[in-house]
Amino acid sequence: MNSHLVWYGELTTLRRLLRRGLYFAAPGMIWILLFLALPSLLLIVVSFTTRGAYGQIEWTFTLENFKRLCGFGLYGWSADYFIILFRSVHVAFWTTLICILLSYPLCFYIANKPERSRYFWLTLIIIPFWTNLVIRAYAWLLVLAPQLPLARIANALGLIPEGTPLYPSSFAVYLGMVATFLPFVALPLYSSVEKLDWALVEAANDLYAGKIRVFLHAIWPQTVPGISVGITLTFIPAMGMFVVPDFLGGAKYMLVGNLIQQQFGTSRDWPFGAAVSLALMVLTLVALQLQRKRGKKVEPI
Amino acid sequence: MRRFHWLVPLTALGALAFLYVPLMAVAVFSVNNSRFGLSWQGFTLKWYAKLFANEQILEAAWNTLVLATVSTVIATVIGTILAIGLDRYPWPKRLFSALDINLHLPVVTPEIVFAAALAVAFGVLRLVFSIFEPGLLNMIIGHITFQVSFVALVVRARLEAISKDYEEAARDLYADNAYLLRRVMLPLLKPGIVGGAMLAFTLSLDDFVVSFFTAGPTSVTLPLYIYAIVRRGVTPEIHALSTLALTATVVLVMLSERFTRKQNKE
Repeated sequence: MNSHLVWYGELTTLRRLLRRGLYFAAPGMIWILLFLALPSLLLIVVSFTTRGAYGQIEWTFTLENFKRLCGFGLYGWSADYFIILFRSVHVAFWTTLICILLSYPLCFYIANKPERSRYFWLTLIIIPFWTNLVIRAYAWLLVLAPQLPLARIANALGLIPEGTPLYPSSFAVYLGMVATFLPFVALPLYSSVEKLDWALVEAANDLYAGKIRVFLHAIWPQTVPGISVGITLTFIPAMGMFVVPDFLGGAKYMLVGNLIQQQFGTSRDWPFGAAVSLALMVLTLVALQLQRKRGKKVEPI
Repeated sequence: MRRFHWLVPLTALGALAFLYVPLMAVAVFSVNNSRFGLSWQGFTLKWYAKLFANEQILEAAWNTLVLATVSTVIATVIGTILAIGLDRYPWPKRLFSALDINLHLPVVTPEIVFAAALAVAFGVLRLVFSIFEPGLLNMIIGHITFQVSFVALVVRARLEAISKDYEEAARDLYADNAYLLRRVMLPLLKPGIVGGAMLAFTLSLDDFVVSFFTAGPTSVTLPLYIYAIVRRGVTPEIHALSTLALTATVVLVMLSERFTRKQNKE
């Protein structure tokens, strides 16, 4: 332990180095432990407690919250919470997929622009990326208002009665979600598309590969790093999203994020809210694990 | 220049329109001279004037700035030294991967789970220390928690790009630890630190979920304010406020673009 070594040009010992490293790393590490890791553990503990009569936590431990989450309520079994969880995954999945489908043409279009104007086009994606989520969700609320063209067209087609907005509806939620997450897929994908080695595409063309095979064998593998970052940045936050469904989905189209917010807000049922949060955390971990496995499989190409 | 099928530019422009039409609509209606309804009644700037006379909005704007500034300053300091500590010292492999997982926790935890955990933790802390009432302090702590890891990740990426040579040369010339940090590392890291700080600042300005779970009645920020008002209905003041926020975003993005482009040239 006390033998000397040279580290970045400094003659020192391992122990001294590690002690100094600890001084540097400790504040940040302790901060994250204290305000994220420990609270998460506390959340797990609280999910086993009971809600008191005034919404306080009573430290009597039960499995009641998880039973309730599985649908065993006061009035027998209902699938309500399952539906909400399933719907969240479903919405997150389709949002991610649609964003990917829109991002490819968008990124290729921008990457194909002359270098000088490329910055401008790229900035057009970066601006919504940084625009406040509440404002963007609200903007959709405005666009779908009954007096504006979209709702009028829907009315003329007989989809909605006159004078009603296009929200709350699942359609509005999807619009809002895709608009919210499109930049989160497009930006990482763009960094892959810009570096794309077109020689491979030309080689595939020279070897008479059809358009689909060119994409699958020459383009897709090169964009996997960008796409997988995009998927992580979209799928996980989309599952827990609550502003967009809150504005555009209403009570009929609740997602797990709304359920959690409701427990911590109006219902004041922290133990149940904690249990729902845990369910979301588990879904997230499963998604991350799947993602990592797939990422590993693809890497060698 | 490559030629694509006509569907490619069409979808690309469609996607951009899809992103911008709602924002444009907000901007247009922010100068519409009509209190109710959405029919065009002529140009006016009165909603903007009303904005600056509304004390609640001014207070929310002030809270937003204080929160973002304080949390960014603290998170930048902690995050920078955290990055140096992780990257420049010979951690045993196991310990390093544990530290690395801890560093990534705020990035991978769903925001709403983090916010809920924080709300519960403050709720319990409150039983012992009364300063943890919902309010600015809790919000600052919450924001720093996610900012630290983003700052550390950005700074670490920069550290990895700096070769050992500078530090070795400084050591050869008898620089001590403090001198090395102040005169060699910090100047070399400056672009990473500024980039990380800008990211942290914007994350704080944009944050809704964590603020929502930790805010008290006197610490309403702009996103919280807009959220509360929108739930009661759409008003022209909100159009104006949103348009201003959008303009601020555009300016910030342009500034940071210019900054990063300058860095790339150097």
